[in-house]
Amino acid sequence: MSLAKHKVGSDLPFILIMAVIASTYILLILAMIASDLSFTNSSQIFLALKSPEIQYSIKLSLFTCTVSMVLSIIFSIPIAYFLTRYKFKGSKFIDAIIDIPIILPPLIIGLSLLILFQTGVGKFIEQYVSITYAIPSIIIAQFVVACAFSVRTMMVTFNQIPKRMESVAMTLGANKREAFWYILIPEAKNGIFTAASLAWARALGEFGPILLFSGATRMKTEVLPTTVFLEMSIGNIEAAVAVSLIMIGASFVVLMLVRYMGESVF
Amino acid sequence: MVEFQNISIKQGVFSLNNISVKLDDDTYYCLLGKTGSGKTTLVEVLCGLRKFNSGSLFINGIDASEFKPGERDIGYVPQDLILFNQMTISDNIGFALKIRKVDKIVRDQRIKEVSEMLGISHLLQRLPRNLSGGEKQRVAIGRAIIFQPAILLLDEPFNALDYVTKQELFKMLKSIKSKMKVTVLHVTHNIDEVKNLAEKVLTIENAKIEMQERNEFFETRNFLFNEEVI
Repeated sequence: MSLAKHKVGSDLPFILIMAVIASTYILLILAMIASDLSFTNSSQIFLALKSPEIQYSIKLSLFTCTVSMVLSIIFSIPIAYFLTRYKFKGSKFIDAIIDIPIILPPLIIGLSLLILFQTGVGKFIEQYVSITYAIPSIIIAQFVVACAFSVRTMMVTFNQIPKRMESVAMTLGANKREAFWYILIPEAKNGIFTAASLAWARALGEFGPILLFSGATRMKTEVLPTTVFLEMSIGNIEAAVAVSLIMIGASFVVLMLVRYMGESVF
Repeated sequence: MVEFQNISIKQGVFSLNNISVKLDDDTYYCLLGKTGSGKTTLVEVLCGLRKFNSGSLFINGIDASEFKPGERDIGYVPQDLILFNQMTISDNIGFALKIRKVDKIVRDQRIKEVSEMLGISHLLQRLPRNLSGGEKQRVAIGRAIIFQPAILLLDEPFNALDYVTKQELFKMLKSIKSKMKVTVLHVTHNIDEVKNLAEKVLTIENAKIEMQERNEFFETRNFLFNEEVI
């Protein structure tokens, strides 16, 4: 029998099974959004948007998310720089610490922040700036989680840029600061944008730490997830769904922006 | 003049022992050796990107062992070129002058001179990703020579280039060397590059370095080189 003769089996069953498994999860997400949409209509969304409480929570969410995003970028760039550009004792320990806010249940982060601001240091800060159950607490709660995601994104970005690029700049006369500003940061600009977008979107969805650390006080510490919680607790499901759809829309816009930046960081 | 004085480098199983060699001014050296023999390591030691375990490195009579890479008066063209992707060709070439805070008018004039010498003045506003291999090579050389260094380091600069482009670059390098009176250390695997460019030949074998005049090298080692190194 000739070994050269061989009939290759059809690829169709394999592709079909893979497609069915893959599409099930995507359909689940789409079905959730479609259900939300079917539960409300445009007039209810506009009515929700006119409510002073929801307008306040939209404005506060935009403000706190933007501040958290800026803080996340400011902190994540040096952390990622040291973790990717230097080998030092304890780097794995620090690397693991970064993941704590990602892995911990959100409520524990809120509880830990609450306790932190009951310690001597926390009370000292509170003498000058009101943190707990005030707007700064929302920013801190969002920042703690968003920054961890931002660090991970910046580490992937910096790891993709060859260290030799900075080394060559240094042979041309640059010091580390100049190599960082003139070479590394321009090369990382898409990654920085991705990190900022993810930090913003992550901050927008933060609820657990905010609930414990900032409370859920109407027109005071009310961000969009808080509004969903408060509206649900008084049985106003239409308003809760309308706010949820606003958040889904905002998150989707951010995620599409990240993809259109064209860098495969995530 | 560059002088390696008893330099030893040890990294894991790799080592170079008691490397001592003097490189004269205004001379074209080719550095040969098998893959993994330590050619690139030696180049990186010279330009300050790698530390050595013992010995001293003198540049122009001064102990430069602790000098930062940018203080060594060396223009470096790495094997993989490493052009700065986000900068135009003009900014790539002028980078060393920008870092030295050279006035923009003087800098632009110098970029113009260097780019004309290398035949790339029509590329100045482009980005590196839009260039051919030979064009990128010229840009990397331009970037390394713009500040008129005393030493030019070329680490396997002509890998993956076609024959015609290589011949053009040979001419260009000879011209740069004669105009700038620069010492060139050119790492290569290619005997053609040695034939066309070298005045002296350095060979790394068994963690030791040996220097020969070009003619002496071809009389004594050409056969070995063809058999063992290529």
